[in-house]
Amino acid sequence: MSLNSLTIHKLQEMLAQGKVSAVEVTRDVLGRIENIEDKVQAYITYDPELALQQAEAADKKLKNGTGGSLCGIPVSIKDVLCTEGIRTTCGSRILENFVPPYDATSIVKLKQADAVFVGKVAMDEFAMGSTSENCAFGPPKNPWNTEYICGGSSGGSAASVAADECFASLGTDTGGSIRQPASHCGVVGLKPTYGRVSRYGLVAFASSLDQIGPLTKDVTDCALMMNAISGYDANDSTSVPQEIPDFRNALKEGLQGMKIGIPKEYFIKGLDPEVEQNVNKGIEVLRQAGAETVEVSLPHTEYCVAVYYLIAPAEASSNLARYDGVKYGFRDMSSDSLLDMYRNSRSQGFGGEVKRRIIIGTYALSSGYYDAYYKKASQVRTLITEDYQRVFETCDVVVSPVTPTPAWKLGEKLDDPLSVYLSDILTISANLAGIPGISVPCGFSRDGLPIGMQIQGAHFQEEKLLKVAYNLELHLNISHLRPDL
Amino acid sequence: MKITPEEVAHVANLARLHLSQAEVEEMTRQLDDILNYVAKLNELDTDGVEPTTHAISIVNAFRVDEVRPSLARERSLANGPRQNGESFVVPRVI
Repeated sequence: MSLNSLTIHKLQEMLAQGKVSAVEVTRDVLGRIENIEDKVQAYITYDPELALQQAEAADKKLKNGTGGSLCGIPVSIKDVLCTEGIRTTCGSRILENFVPPYDATSIVKLKQADAVFVGKVAMDEFAMGSTSENCAFGPPKNPWNTEYICGGSSGGSAASVAADECFASLGTDTGGSIRQPASHCGVVGLKPTYGRVSRYGLVAFASSLDQIGPLTKDVTDCALMMNAISGYDANDSTSVPQEIPDFRNALKEGLQGMKIGIPKEYFIKGLDPEVEQNVNKGIEVLRQAGAETVEVSLPHTEYCVAVYYLIAPAEASSNLARYDGVKYGFRDMSSDSLLDMYRNSRSQGFGGEVKRRIIIGTYALSSGYYDAYYKKASQVRTLITEDYQRVFETCDVVVSPVTPTPAWKLGEKLDDPLSVYLSDILTISANLAGIPGISVPCGFSRDGLPIGMQIQGAHFQEEKLLKVAYNLELHLNISHLRPDL
Repeated sequence: MKITPEEVAHVANLARLHLSQAEVEEMTRQLDDILNYVAKLNELDTDGVEPTTHAISIVNAFRVDEVRPSLARERSLANGPRQNGESFVVPRVI
């Protein structure tokens, strides 16, 4: 077994015992990238020299016992998080040459933990999309079958972890953008509670929905990453002052006393039979581990896509007004009036999906339509949140599929944005309600494409999610499987 | 039709986007699909329901009012497509 296919916790044992050095581990990952990146295409920017420098520094710290919690572990970062001195494109032409002058808080925390930064990974432009095909620099491919989408918008994060091109990645999730690609690529992906992880330095898409979280090879690694990145930050006024547990303590065998809700609205018409079978098999495993299961109802689930595709574009149209060609990013140099400069810079810099969402959002917020669209959507958002509150009075978590189907072929749905929007129906509600959700591998389709199970819980109940996920992983015993690249 | 090409062109102008005639037509068709879909929300009676703006409300997120270091001017200007060492330079406005 090669070093690059190990988990963080296994690697940590070996690093601590001196069986391997951070430089050796990093070289192994860089070699892996050299070998397979032309097939996977997960990275937009990667810097082997910088990674090796950081690995050398990590080795010194490991030797004198001052290393942080992720000392010497190579990670990738979704290209939407600001990294000082390393360009941050958001998958967009408009930020192709943007080099942030500061680090996002989550990056500062990973630096404090002495992680090694391999590079910045691909994503749908400004995190708008479910396939990563909206990336201006080309889409990453699904490592399990490179003719298929890897999911999105954190597609590069999921692909780079699944392909052993790093040990973990930071992604972001606005409507499923961590959980959905994690499901399609067979890795673990957690969207934490809104406010758990600071958004400072995350390039904003929809500020009331965006959340940063980890994509990892197994549940234990997910807990380790959460330990590193969680916490209140005065630079993010929406981050919540809440005690941070040691998430590893949640990883205990046995689910006795745990009540798991199965929301009937998540087993929708159009749910792929293979997805349903695999998720049902996973639910049976949880029962065998001691959990009690009960059918529950989240009656407003069917409205979540409509709510989301008003609220997210509305917030995006406001957030993306900053790209005007003045302070940073692409400017059309040929324009000789200010207004033309704005229009031409934005029109040439943004891709089609971003323009579409800016226009939907601008329309929904425009005079005369605000009450009918934005206000109405915000009211239904309240109803969706109340559904969850009712269910979590009687259940610890709810489990369901993550996506209605396994991954589809690249290019298959490019002309039909609404059908792609509808594929987000099982992940969006968690963002609207601000609750945590995790995707854990629970099987494969006959075509060999991964299928995930989603576990959602009440605000700040990530430990329950991790406990259920850990038990599923333990009994299914599939997390060691790797794609054949 | 929920939306006309003229409305799309108007909204594009508000958003400072330039769309070609072909783009306006395609966008009108796609937006019409999307608006027809979101009209589904009208099935629900939301009279008296409080709108949610943030899932977890933080009231008065105050911090101490103290001077902290900020970015040096040259670093703030470094990403400017055109700048003169003191300011961002844009086409003449007046």
